[in-house]
Amino acid sequence: MSDRELILSRVRAALADVPAGEPDTWLLEADPDPVPASYVRRRVMEAEQLVELFASRCADYRANVTRCADDPEAIRSAVAAACSRHGAWALVAPATLDSAWKPDGLLFESDDPPLAVEQLDRCDGILTGCAVAIALTGTIVLDGGAGQGRRALTLVPDLHICVVRGDQLVAGVPDAFALLDGALRAGRPLTFISGPSATSDIELRRVEGVHGPRRLEVIVAA
Amino acid sequence: MAAAGGFPEAARAALADAQLRRNLHVATHTIREKRLRATSELDDWEQLREAGRRIKERTMRHLDRHLETLERSVLAAGGVVHWAADAAAANRIVAELVRAAGAREVIKVKSIATDEIGLNAALAEQGIRAVETDLAELINQLAGDTSSHILVPAIHRNRAEIRDLFRAHLPGGAGLSDDPAALVEAARAYLRSLFLSTPVAVSGANFAVAETGTVCVVESEGNGRMCTTLPDTLITVMGIEKVVPRLADLGVMLQLLPRSATAERMNPYTSLWTGVTPADGPRSFHLVLLDAGRTNALADPVGRQALHCIRCSACLNVCPVYERTGGHAYESVYPGPIGAILTPQLAGLERGRTLPWASTLCGACYDACPVKIDIPSVLLHLRAEIVRRGRAGGGSGDAGAAGRDAGGAVAVAGARGHEGGRNRREAAAERATMRLAAVVMGGPLRYRLAQRAGRVTLGWLRRHPRLTRALPGPLGAWTSVRELPEAPEQSFRAWWHERQRRSR
Repeated sequence: MSDRELILSRVRAALADVPAGEPDTWLLEADPDPVPASYVRRRVMEAEQLVELFASRCADYRANVTRCADDPEAIRSAVAAACSRHGAWALVAPATLDSAWKPDGLLFESDDPPLAVEQLDRCDGILTGCAVAIALTGTIVLDGGAGQGRRALTLVPDLHICVVRGDQLVAGVPDAFALLDGALRAGRPLTFISGPSATSDIELRRVEGVHGPRRLEVIVAA
Repeated sequence: MAAAGGFPEAARAALADAQLRRNLHVATHTIREKRLRATSELDDWEQLREAGRRIKERTMRHLDRHLETLERSVLAAGGVVHWAADAAAANRIVAELVRAAGAREVIKVKSIATDEIGLNAALAEQGIRAVETDLAELINQLAGDTSSHILVPAIHRNRAEIRDLFRAHLPGGAGLSDDPAALVEAARAYLRSLFLSTPVAVSGANFAVAETGTVCVVESEGNGRMCTTLPDTLITVMGIEKVVPRLADLGVMLQLLPRSATAERMNPYTSLWTGVTPADGPRSFHLVLLDAGRTNALADPVGRQALHCIRCSACLNVCPVYERTGGHAYESVYPGPIGAILTPQLAGLERGRTLPWASTLCGACYDACPVKIDIPSVLLHLRAEIVRRGRAGGGSGDAGAAGRDAGGAVAVAGARGHEGGRNRREAAAERATMRLAAVVMGGPLRYRLAQRAGRVTLGWLRRHPRLTRALPGPLGAWTSVRELPEAPEQSFRAWWHERQRRSR
């Protein structure tokens, strides 16, 4: 017997007490006693409230958050300000990044053709958009879609500048999964980012800046 | 490596280490308050816990179907699925995959499943070096230590101890200070070139979604992203209980896990990937599905819920026993309350036979568990099972095994050590006590007489404290560290009768 058959037969033998015909998946909407498990699957918030909550929660993780109007000129100058805060001028951009976001006077190297990992390691930073951002947790979600590029781009450089648009904000984690369903089903890899990399491994005290980008600049354009 | 006396003996050594107890006290108390703040912030926290419990319970009850679905989904997404009935099979599969990739070195993301199966040692036997990239795992690897906590495996070490380790082992670490930020910087510098150049990585999995084949790794440092993104080959070893049916289930689990684990609203990085993606990440992906005792646990309708664990470690942080003994006393990669019910079921009741007694049954673990595993009930169930098996065995050898277990109970309760040979006597004494109690409680007259005799004896013993501390056997294990209560003037029954008489 192969290990596959062995494991599956052990599982089936172990579950002899489970009645045939029981649905194999728990769904809140099909549960006869839903109240105790009725977690909030959809949170509704006013647009301005979403922006404020996201900005404050994101900043709690020592990400640097700035707000600007949702127009290319405002975004450009917010990006330029973020770069000058970190003395960054040689950046990398995904091939699909909106070129209206790139300020003059900075060097942008496109990831098309793909840059070597050493090149990513040497650059000053990376500028991207995102797919979704979650207000309650201060989280940015990348799905490799437009303006985001492959995963290594936002991982190897030491500075990540991420532009979040107002219409990408949702309130809670389940709301985000509802929006990301299509990307996940298409097999696209996702990265949830909540602040710069951190560790609590020494005496359970949080220290920011380990292997991922040590500095995260979030620009909320709304 | 396991102490012959099990938990009580291992705990005694840990309790004697004052530095360890200080380290643990600081760490567990810091995280307790933070966790409460993080969980009380969500208005639907209790509903999320119940939803998490129901998702896990239903998934386990149909695990065969979800595993088959997961396999199909991963294959369709360009991954390869391997099945490993035990630790040896999993280790063999991983070693062969590494060799097939032409590598002699792998980078690893923190994975308790791979600790459980002893993967690093098995790879070393094949001439393959496994480098741990999680900070705490690296600390333990440098120190030759084993993990003492699910989430922060080096919780038993303070910053000064870690500085000394890094000074001794990391290139350029000679002048390091004990500032945690400086220690983290040193680890970053050491691991950076490995991340950028090692072609094979090994990870665990926090969740895998059956319907899409999506695997999820939750982390903080970015070493998980490095390992799951940069190498050409990614090998993920996952216990079969980690499967969830639907993507929407992650919307529940990814709220429960970070708040319970590090008390953060969300952990810094969560990676989700589905098979392989052209021009993004590894070119080959292997998922190793591991049984190694999980189907044993699954076969017990009460104990099965131990498999619901999402490895947050909240139960460790709130446990009064863990806080004092630390993780090593549990002699398992799964310490604390969850380990006390998981280890005996995964490794067999014989190996973890003292662990179900490593608890005060206070229930703090149940209250903290984000998927509401009823740990106290499973502990009692396993205690009963261990004693029952010992009795059913009939022969003296089996009775002896049960005896050691019961003896463990007495020793934990009495915080008093004892040698292996005494355990059997203590167990026999415990059984005799239980039989005596059954007789005494069998009739009202017997009970009344026994109470009167008890009051007299108690009064006499309290007048002779030196004698009390030196009582023989299991009685002494209890009285040596406790003062006897004062004998009441009258029993409750006597008081009640008098009250009835007066009211008439």
